[in-house]
Amino acid sequence: MAKVSVHEILEDKDFKDLLKRRNRVALTLTVVELLIYFGFIALIAFNKPFLSQKMSAGTATTVGIPIAVGTIALSWVLTGIYIFWANSRYDTLVKKIKEKIGG
Amino acid sequence: MPQATQTIIGQTNPIAIMFFIAFVIVTLVITYWAAKRTRTTKDFYAAGRNVTGFQNGLALAGDYMSAASFLGIAGLVSTRGYDGLIYSVGWLVGWPIVMFLISEPLRNLGKYTFADVVAYRLNQRPIRAAAAAGSLVTVLTYLIAQMVGAGTLVKLMFGLPYEAAIIIVGALMIAYVLFGGMIATTWVQIIKAVLLLGGATLLVFLTLSKFGFSYADLFGQAEKLYTSKFLEPGGLITSPIDAFSLGLALMFGTAGLPHILMRFYTVPDAKEARKSVFYATGFIGYFYILTVTIGFGAAVLVGQKIIMGIDKGGNMAGPLLAEALGGTPFLGFLAAVAFATILAVVSGLTLAGASAFSHDLFVGVIRRGQASEKEEVKMAKMATLGLGIAAVLLGIMFKGQNVAFLVGLTFAIAASANFPALLMSITWKKFTTKGAVTSIYTGLTVATVLIILSPTVWVDIVHKTEKTAVENQIKMIESTSSAKIADLEKQKTPALKSEKLAALDTSIAGEKKLADEQIKTEKAKMPKAIFPLKNPGIYSMAAAFLIGIIVSLLWRDKKAEEKFAGEKLREYIGIGAEE
Repeated sequence: MAKVSVHEILEDKDFKDLLKRRNRVALTLTVVELLIYFGFIALIAFNKPFLSQKMSAGTATTVGIPIAVGTIALSWVLTGIYIFWANSRYDTLVKKIKEKIGG
Repeated sequence: MPQATQTIIGQTNPIAIMFFIAFVIVTLVITYWAAKRTRTTKDFYAAGRNVTGFQNGLALAGDYMSAASFLGIAGLVSTRGYDGLIYSVGWLVGWPIVMFLISEPLRNLGKYTFADVVAYRLNQRPIRAAAAAGSLVTVLTYLIAQMVGAGTLVKLMFGLPYEAAIIIVGALMIAYVLFGGMIATTWVQIIKAVLLLGGATLLVFLTLSKFGFSYADLFGQAEKLYTSKFLEPGGLITSPIDAFSLGLALMFGTAGLPHILMRFYTVPDAKEARKSVFYATGFIGYFYILTVTIGFGAAVLVGQKIIMGIDKGGNMAGPLLAEALGGTPFLGFLAAVAFATILAVVSGLTLAGASAFSHDLFVGVIRRGQASEKEEVKMAKMATLGLGIAAVLLGIMFKGQNVAFLVGLTFAIAASANFPALLMSITWKKFTTKGAVTSIYTGLTVATVLIILSPTVWVDIVHKTEKTAVENQIKMIESTSSAKIADLEKQKTPALKSEKLAALDTSIAGEKKLADEQIKTEKAKMPKAIFPLKNPGIYSMAAAFLIGIIVSLLWRDKKAEEKFAGEKLREYIGIGAEE
């Protein structure tokens, strides 16, 4: 396997592609998490009546309860999405680049 | 539904002591075993990097789930309902951020502390001094909050004197860290996390069994007792900007807590590091859903009156519910778990503080990187002992003080001093030494000063006497006026003429108006905070980022920029990462 110098790797198309993908995924997921949480906070701050509605007639459960629990659950799901992406796509790309260096 | 009426909380509980002694014996045996395996700095700070992702996920959860969040959130939900749930959400949302932005680069670039990463391509000494300051302040403020909480909780649950509780916690924590280093600390966290999650799960199972395993029924009963307001957002968020500021501090503070960041060095590689965040987020999220359920359950099955009668803040809601559902043995078990929780959290904090002291300050700053491993481990052990003793003394000094603001301060500093410098160093090519150092000190100072000027310290602590005086005055006005009104009401008899009745009504209205006016003048005397927000996160974070960016752009550092290429290779694919 042909070894490639550090400088060449930095200019390598695959490496640049890897950086771009990782930054895009990380940034998108971060923004989604921020939107979910601060969206929830904004609802509490500006639209309490919405959260105070009953889920259905005759029940005590308010809309706010599944939304709050959903915020927790979605946060976890996002970390799961990242793991899934990193294990399937990212690690394959890293392996490919490492092979080029011969490491 | 019948509510519990008797409790043995506050009395010595032999079952609790038995469970606690069992926990201590097991953890000390582990410490003995770990001590034989702790020789190098890698063993002491990073458990030899042999911890698996799953184990580290449990240990991260163990580090993060404090007794305060277990008892505090259940208490808040039992007394304030939905508002407590809002609060618990804020404690989880930082974890995805840790995963997406921090965990892998941190593992790939660093060795033992987050300063390793910030200093990677910058000047070692000034960065290490600044980062150590950020770490030590965060660790110490959090440690004081935990110790004071520990003393109070243990006193309530075991009937032990406050000082004795603090000394027991301090002595055990020193033993774990001093002899067993990160290996023992990790196992203490794992055992504690399993006990806490198991105990809370059992409590929730017993609670839900009373409601036919139906949350709808639980909420229905809660509504019957405390009206539908209990299931709606109430007064917790009044100012949107305050809520936003606290949210920012919680979210990004998690990604700047030294004892959390340090855990990523205990796993073999970046892949295990990210896996551990996935597990940790799952465990912590599950845990918060459990504590919220416990809170609602306690409100219905124990009742607010009894909960607040034992502790005004509601901290005993969980233990009271355990006692109501599982009797003295379950209460004893849960008390022991709470004690173990405190112990585990303070151990993690002490280890993080000791590593900032020895690895960053002693080796990095004083010895300019020239120290043998033996010397470094020795210094870390001395720092552990010093920090442990300091924690005990500070815990006793702050007895009976209002330390609630300390947790907010910890997160504000972590989000403003530690997180911005860390994030910019791994993502921004033009970041410089001067930029990093000024950013850290700015975040540290702005967060601290603004907290002191905020309502939580300036009104609640500094001007406490004036505040209580005004509150008492208002209470007096209210009681005299309602007494007078009641008196006037009594004079209303059916035999009275209508003119006389009307005159009485005017007097009553006059009384009410007078009282309202008096209260208004009193309220104007209420001391005001110089800084209006309860948490300064939004300003202190912005200041830290801005200063870091401006200073870096004004004084460019070509050398650091050139080194960024090499950093990227290690950051993204882990070439040259510590093994």
